Amino acid sequence: MRKVLSHPLAWPAIALLVLLVVNVIAQPEFFHLRMQDGHLYGSLIDILRNGAPVLLVALGMTLVIATRGIDLSVGAIAAIAGAVACVRIAGSADESATSTAIAACALALAVCVVLGLWNGFLVAVLGIQPIIATLVLMTAGRGLAMLITDGQITTVHNSFFDKISAGYVLTIPLAIIVALAVLGLTAVLTRRTALGMLVEAVGINPEASRLAGVRSRTIIWTVYVFSAFCAGVAGLMIASNTNAADANNAGLWIELDAILAVVIGGTSLAGGRFSLTGTLLGAMFIATLAVTIPNIGIPSETNYLFKAVVVILVCLLQSPKARAALRIRRRVTPTPVSAPEKAAA
Amino acid sequence: MTTTTATPTGSTWGRIRSYAPTSRYLPVLTTLALLIGMFGVGGIRYDGFADPQVVLNLFVDNAFLIMLAVGMTFVILTGGIDLSVGSVVALSTVIAAWTLEHGWPPVAAALAVLVVGTLLGTVTGLVIHYFDIQPFIATLAGMFLARGLCFLISVESIPIHDKTFFDIAANQITLPGGYTITPTVIVAVVAVAIAAWVLARTRFGRTVYAIGGNEASAMLMGLPVARTKVAVYAISGFCASVGGLLFSLYMLSGYSLHAVGMELDAIAAVVIGGTLLTGGRGYVVGSMLGVLVLGTIQTFISFDGTLSSWWTKIAIGSLLLVFVVIQRVMTRRQP
Repeated sequence: MRKVLSHPLAWPAIALLVLLVVNVIAQPEFFHLRMQDGHLYGSLIDILRNGAPVLLVALGMTLVIATRGIDLSVGAIAAIAGAVACVRIAGSADESATSTAIAACALALAVCVVLGLWNGFLVAVLGIQPIIATLVLMTAGRGLAMLITDGQITTVHNSFFDKISAGYVLTIPLAIIVALAVLGLTAVLTRRTALGMLVEAVGINPEASRLAGVRSRTIIWTVYVFSAFCAGVAGLMIASNTNAADANNAGLWIELDAILAVVIGGTSLAGGRFSLTGTLLGAMFIATLAVTIPNIGIPSETNYLFKAVVVILVCLLQSPKARAALRIRRRVTPTPVSAPEKAAA
Repeated sequence: MTTTTATPTGSTWGRIRSYAPTSRYLPVLTTLALLIGMFGVGGIRYDGFADPQVVLNLFVDNAFLIMLAVGMTFVILTGGIDLSVGSVVALSTVIAAWTLEHGWPPVAAALAVLVVGTLLGTVTGLVIHYFDIQPFIATLAGMFLARGLCFLISVESIPIHDKTFFDIAANQITLPGGYTITPTVIVAVVAVAIAAWVLARTRFGRTVYAIGGNEASAMLMGLPVARTKVAVYAISGFCASVGGLLFSLYMLSGYSLHAVGMELDAIAAVVIGGTLLTGGRGYVVGSMLGVLVLGTIQTFISFDGTLSSWWTKIAIGSLLLVFVVIQRVMTRRQP
């Protein structure tokens, strides 16, 4: 039992399970999945689908945080991606054509990659603190998105674009498949090659890893591009969900949710270690929380309050100092602790 | 401090020629020059831009932001960051409006606001210091907490009908020359003066700089690191709640969605004001100038009339970039 609890993913998993149990108690048919017109429906599917953008952004954020950085600009980048795609589709000759949508999405993602290159340039080459370097794009980005959409909410009618969020492949919503595919790809790239280890090495000590022959600059640059790319895909999903680009509100505060997901998943903001499975659990936790609160009859606006409590609890559980304080208190109580265990603690 | 080493001749001319303002003041002077330059350009381009009343209106419209920037400066000087201030402003307006609606006397309402804000800041500081949690995450939690509490108190906007609040809000102080300011400006300017004095002249202020320079060294020097770090967040919470009071005077309502993203404006103002985000260097006056620069950008856009509002965001982002790069170059030159 102690071994299970000491696993880094134990607490996020328990938290997610607790939330799911609460949901089932409040609504017995919560786990019920049903097939309709060849599509899978149910609360769990909804959670996965609504959590897909946060999961995507959080994946990119995980790698950025692993290098001891942070990317605040993802929400703005998501808004820009949606704006570019929608404006491009709305302005093209054949608005409903599939090729138009594909070209527009490709253009949007290319723009995001450029923005990621920009972030990476500021952090890796100029050596500006990640928080402030990405804050630049966070403030200016929404302005740029509004510049692109001319301050309007651009609506589009394109069946392919609509499918990004509403489409189904093999009975499962496309958004879920895309998010999980990116997760799988990231996992393979980082854990089956040395890339993940290099990212962690850079996070622990960029200078030492550079001297050890790791191209830390290239790696830092890459993770910011990847983060921007993920944010772009998430932005396309969000825009597709409403079939419109809302430069002001698309992806608003998604960066905070993503950071929250990463932290809940056990990735330390101090860098040097990351867990993609943890991020998946964290993102699902946030998506489930958003469903749980109205489900148990609390107004959904208080969502923030619960998020705050979760952040504090998770951080305290991960903080070595808080753990030490708990341990001291436990030692004071006369519980019999055998000597080797004490040494292990 | 070592600017005079480059004057071997010792002649007056040599000293004048090689005179450079102390490098510590350079960022603040840059901001000041930028502000003056912006007003120069505005004065040439638009009628009435260079009017002193326009400058005073900058203070009137941004008094609450100056308060936030003052608190934020303390936090950033220690190398931390406070993301919760925007939400604390919203919480303050909601508490003020809610208590007044329930018949509390205005003084009690204001006290309640200040106590809640300071308490929230203190708790955040305690968590940051004693549990070793990064300021970014701890204040992120504070941000969510304050917003959540707002919604818990009231989801809808509450108007403020209290007579005292109305009187203060409508009160105008006439300066010589027929220019007017509001009482909120005096609060903000006094706060800047007190903060500048505390940072420059008191033991506490020196400790703040020392922690930002190197926390471990400060600890080894026997400085009260724990007390100072907690106090810094308490000050930020207090300033944010005062800012919230000023904001409720400005808006005359309490609403959970007030001041969304204001923490970013405050951080941007502090950075533009020349404070180093890694801590240890910067001045409150610079932060105030930073707020005025942000305000001037908005004035520019409203004077121009043809520019769309989103240019504000782009301009703030670009300025932030320029200042961060300048800071980076300067710190690289003198490690």
